[in-house]
Amino acid sequence: MCRIAQLSVFIENKKGRFAHVVQLLGEKDVNIRAMSLADTVDFGILRFVVDKPDVAYSILKENGLIVRKDEVLAMEVEDKPGGLAKLLQSITKQDLSVEYMYTFNNVLSGKAVMIFRFEDTVEAIERLKEIGVGLLPSDYFWGI
Amino acid sequence: MIWDKNETLPEEENKQLQLDKLQYIVDYVYKRVPFYKKKLDKAGLKPSSIKTLNDLRLIPFTTKDDFRVNYPFGLFAVPLKQVVRIHSSSGTTGKPIVVGYTQRDVEVWKNLVARFIVAGGVTAEDIAQVSFGYGLFTGGFGLHYGLEKVGVTVIPISSGNTKRQVMLMKDYGVTVLIGTPSYVLHIADVMKNEGINPKRDLKLRVGLFGAEPWTENMRKRIEIELNIKAYDNYGLSEVIGPGVAGECSAQHGMHIFEDHFIAEIVDPKTGELLPEGECGELVLTTLTKEALPVLRYRTGDITRIYREKCSCGRTTIKMDKPIGRTDDMLIIRGVNIFPSQVEEVLCSIEGVSPHYQIVVDREGAMDVMEIWVEMTEKMFFDEMRKQRLLVERIRDELRSALGISVGVKLVEPGTVKRSEGKAKRVIDKRRI
Ligand SMILES: [Zn+2]
Repeated sequence: MCRIAQLSVFIENKKGRFAHVVQLLGEKDVNIRAMSLADTVDFGILRFVVDKPDVAYSILKENGLIVRKDEVLAMEVEDKPGGLAKLLQSITKQDLSVEYMYTFNNVLSGKAVMIFRFEDTVEAIERLKEIGVGLLPSDYFWGI
Repeated sequence: MIWDKNETLPEEENKQLQLDKLQYIVDYVYKRVPFYKKKLDKAGLKPSSIKTLNDLRLIPFTTKDDFRVNYPFGLFAVPLKQVVRIHSSSGTTGKPIVVGYTQRDVEVWKNLVARFIVAGGVTAEDIAQVSFGYGLFTGGFGLHYGLEKVGVTVIPISSGNTKRQVMLMKDYGVTVLIGTPSYVLHIADVMKNEGINPKRDLKLRVGLFGAEPWTENMRKRIEIELNIKAYDNYGLSEVIGPGVAGECSAQHGMHIFEDHFIAEIVDPKTGELLPEGECGELVLTTLTKEALPVLRYRTGDITRIYREKCSCGRTTIKMDKPIGRTDDMLIIRGVNIFPSQVEEVLCSIEGVSPHYQIVVDREGAMDVMEIWVEMTEKMFFDEMRKQRLLVERIRDELRSALGISVGVKLVEPGTVKRSEGKAKRVIDKRRI
């Protein structure tokens, strides 16, 4: 299994909303592993991968936030110059459309990890496996 | 079922009845209420001047301000000794509007409410939950007594504590729900959160909703979400409370109870009488009230009245759902806008929340209008591109419906203030 649970939260672009979300998770011992924020003048979409996705989902919902759960894929970037470029190239070649991506640095392994949200996750898994791109397992972020 | 045979009178017979009652009530207030005597004298009228129904238009209007000037009991036509009930509406500024009922008024009122209750197919077999606020507001008690009159089992839960509302609905096998449409939508949201499926878990079958303007789309949404038939009714405290008009099974306009009220439509700006079928401000005259009759009361509600043959057999004139209030009418860059138009658009887009607020401001010499829409999970995307597309779609549809361009802002749930189940839709910063 290589599908990784990602949570997204809607936040208004006003003071303290971002901190509020982070604090709610922290209070319940949920660790945010990787995170990305897309924002406009009015609102932001906060997406993140955590060690306890189900717990995080219920906490956020209980607190009246607008949350959704999606599946993303994660892969390690080769630890040499041009590693990321190579990875992106293979994805482009496969004609997979990426909605967005963000990075995570695994301090333990010292490796950089890219998190991808594909338009079609099932198709992406197939194609990437075909060309031998290693996808990280679903529980990769749980025990770090 | 039809509650009163007067609802099916032939038009001519009805008009004769109205004229007799009108002549009586004009004479009645002329003799008993100094305010009306002064008003008629000033207009050069005597009660005997009313010879036909058309002469009604000679009588000057009564307004909300007249209630304020004569606060609290100056418009009453009977001594307080004969008044058995007082209701009042909270004025947004200053003194409330005070209304009173004699024993006979209360009896008439019950029967008028009973008319629209049975028109919605409700019978003595039903169990009704009244989620209108009880107290000075006429909604709670008005429906309560009407339901009892019909023989319905009444649960006077009042508004608020929504989780408990849902629990009782389920445990008591409630079949009829009474409330304001915006509060009912809130109840539906809470049901979803509690994991209640109305179709599976509830016996709810009819809703009688009113006390605020709502749209056809909102009706559809409520009907689907709660698995019920939702009926509209109309009334206002100054005239009697609920019981001026109500929908029948045809769900095509509300029958006005013409043997008790005469309805007219006037231009809200000039006061000029408009022909039947045209949209304008509803003006009502009570024909049978004892404690507080009103002549040509400007309701502030924008609607139209029309006659059409109805499948239910009633012959009375009909009115549409009011599209808004004259006080809510916003003039933005010279265009008349009603909050209900915004609501109509929002409800027509799949997944979009009906909870919204209109914020009007002035930037330089230019009026700007922004619609705040509360987010729901159904309208939330993790991709910014899709999220922005939705905002653009809402903006485009609003522009084509309203005729002016407006801003759209997505806000977190709970942003739109709700009081007593009524949402405050407009914040006009131009007046501040
Ligand atoms: Zn009818």
